Amino acid sequence: MADIVANLNLGFSIALSPYTLMLAVLGCFIGTIVGALPGLGPSNGVAIMIPLTFSLGLDAVEALVLLTAIYYGAMYGGRISSILLNIPGDEPAMMTCLDGYPMAKAGRAGDALVISGVASFVGATLATIGLMLLAPLLANIAYQFGPAEYFALYLLAFCTLGGIASNNQAKAAFASCLGIGIAMIGLDPNSGMPRLTGGSLHLYDGIDFLVAIVGLFAVSEVFFFIEKHGKAGAVGIVLDKVRVPWAAIWSTRWTMARSSVVGFVAGVLPGAGASLGSFLTYVMEKSIAGKDGGFGTGVPKGVAAPEVGNNAAAGGALVPMLTLGVPGSGTTAVLLAVLVTLNITPGPTLFTDRPDVVWGLIASLLIANFVLLAMNVPMVKIFVRVLDVPPAILMPAVTMISFVGIYSLTGSYFDLILVTAFGVLGYVLRKLDIPTVPVILGILLGGKMEKQLRDAMVLSDGDWTYLFSSGISAGLLVAAFLGFIAPMFLRRYLRKPQSITD
Amino acid sequence: MLRSDRVFGAVVILGALVYIASATQITQPFFADPLGSRTFPIIVGVCAALCGVAMIFSPDEEPEWPTGGALVSLVVATILLVAYAYALRPLGFLLPTAIASGIISYLITPRLVPAALSGVFISLGLFALFRFVLGLSLMGLPRWLTG
Repeated sequence: MADIVANLNLGFSIALSPYTLMLAVLGCFIGTIVGALPGLGPSNGVAIMIPLTFSLGLDAVEALVLLTAIYYGAMYGGRISSILLNIPGDEPAMMTCLDGYPMAKAGRAGDALVISGVASFVGATLATIGLMLLAPLLANIAYQFGPAEYFALYLLAFCTLGGIASNNQAKAAFASCLGIGIAMIGLDPNSGMPRLTGGSLHLYDGIDFLVAIVGLFAVSEVFFFIEKHGKAGAVGIVLDKVRVPWAAIWSTRWTMARSSVVGFVAGVLPGAGASLGSFLTYVMEKSIAGKDGGFGTGVPKGVAAPEVGNNAAAGGALVPMLTLGVPGSGTTAVLLAVLVTLNITPGPTLFTDRPDVVWGLIASLLIANFVLLAMNVPMVKIFVRVLDVPPAILMPAVTMISFVGIYSLTGSYFDLILVTAFGVLGYVLRKLDIPTVPVILGILLGGKMEKQLRDAMVLSDGDWTYLFSSGISAGLLVAAFLGFIAPMFLRRYLRKPQSITD
Repeated sequence: MLRSDRVFGAVVILGALVYIASATQITQPFFADPLGSRTFPIIVGVCAALCGVAMIFSPDEEPEWPTGGALVSLVVATILLVAYAYALRPLGFLLPTAIASGIISYLITPRLVPAALSGVFISLGLFALFRFVLGLSLMGLPRWLTG
């Protein structure tokens, strides 16, 4: 306990320095906007900002504070368009549409925004405290991890991502293979020989994951807008008075407590993430409330549960990302990319070697939550304005920011063409209902996964049974297998509730 | 019946076979580790091929592919972005960005004057943001104009 206090002291001494504090507030502001805009989810927002962060020359703590503040902010902001437009600002906010939009249609848009804003705050704050307590413990366990355990852990991340978070196992698994396959391109880490480059010198350094992220997320989104000709077809609900519905918030206190725990756990599972968090909490609260609970008609609990869930999961997803280097969600995968590019190796040693990074981040997140509460409850009207920006201005700007970001980072026209190619690829994949997050995760972790497997084989002199030799690795491999197989049978019972259409 | 998932599954299998074939051609160093440079890419290729087979045997519902005007818009956008990539260095930031964002704006909402205006303002606004606020070294105009 004394450790945590001392560490928090260190953290707050960094987080409260004027420049870091400014970056956190700026991140919260940008993040809320990014989250509120339909079609610009947290992973998009963070992805677009990464190249700019590097060209600004921020150091590790500053860059991480800015980007995680954007990440948290986007999780808060996602609910705004869910409630007012019935279009989720990002995937995790989908569940918020189910009760948020009916509530807004019933003339209680202000109430829905305030309840969900407070719910976001509760979920995110409890999850940040959870992160503070759990991460150091997990980091201690992670010291026992050798190559076999890490290989099993990476496999688990891909399997749960494919198993739980997608509709079709084969498609999710293919997406992972595609990402890992792309990661193999470039120089072989052990021998230094070029592999699978097709002789192209441009590919000797491999494919930068920033290029893939910006292409798959941001550019493919632009293509979707072009296809729809901006016909979002949403009639926004006008927001008039915003006041705090104390009674309604108090009535959701147990919902918030339960959902925080469930959401946090869902976030900690590698590969599962915030969408799973909001889905599980909504389904759980719906079944606890029963038929008379009125879920789906615009009840406070139905608005609070998914928002607590996705924000708690967002915090939980940082635990495996920081302690093991395995991201718990799409956006934390993007954040992991940032860490790697900043020459910071996530893992147990991060906690001993760079406590300033870990605790500065945690302290900043605690502060960011209060800033976000202020922005998302009393000042929510400002962000509602963002919804009025027409896509015909927003999307070209997003494209250009993405392109210039990449260009300023690498200075190579070849990378810009790759961004476009990944944009087309992302468009086709998303049309075919193939998830793009596993591709990113594959590009990010593929090289490490191979390296761990090869190291394990060096240790065992080529004996494959070595992968099952320790309890941890065998357990992780079994969990990976079950995580991939079980949803095929459970899917029949766990149908995603469809959002209502007018 | 010819369904998108089946076609895509076949493409995946073909791609995976090409990938596996090129993985077998990787030069192995003299002092190789037990696993070597080839094994892991081959495993990944085999997994991908199996996924392709699964897609052929159990295809999902058919997605709605763009047709007619929407398809043309998408092709135009792709060509535009590639052209933008080539134009950025020789022509500087302002001109290509104005044209590219104007056209993308027009593709999303086909109104000529607002699209042209948003192109110009996005270009100028982003240039100001990148150059003066974020301090990136961007060439605004072609090199031969500024000397």
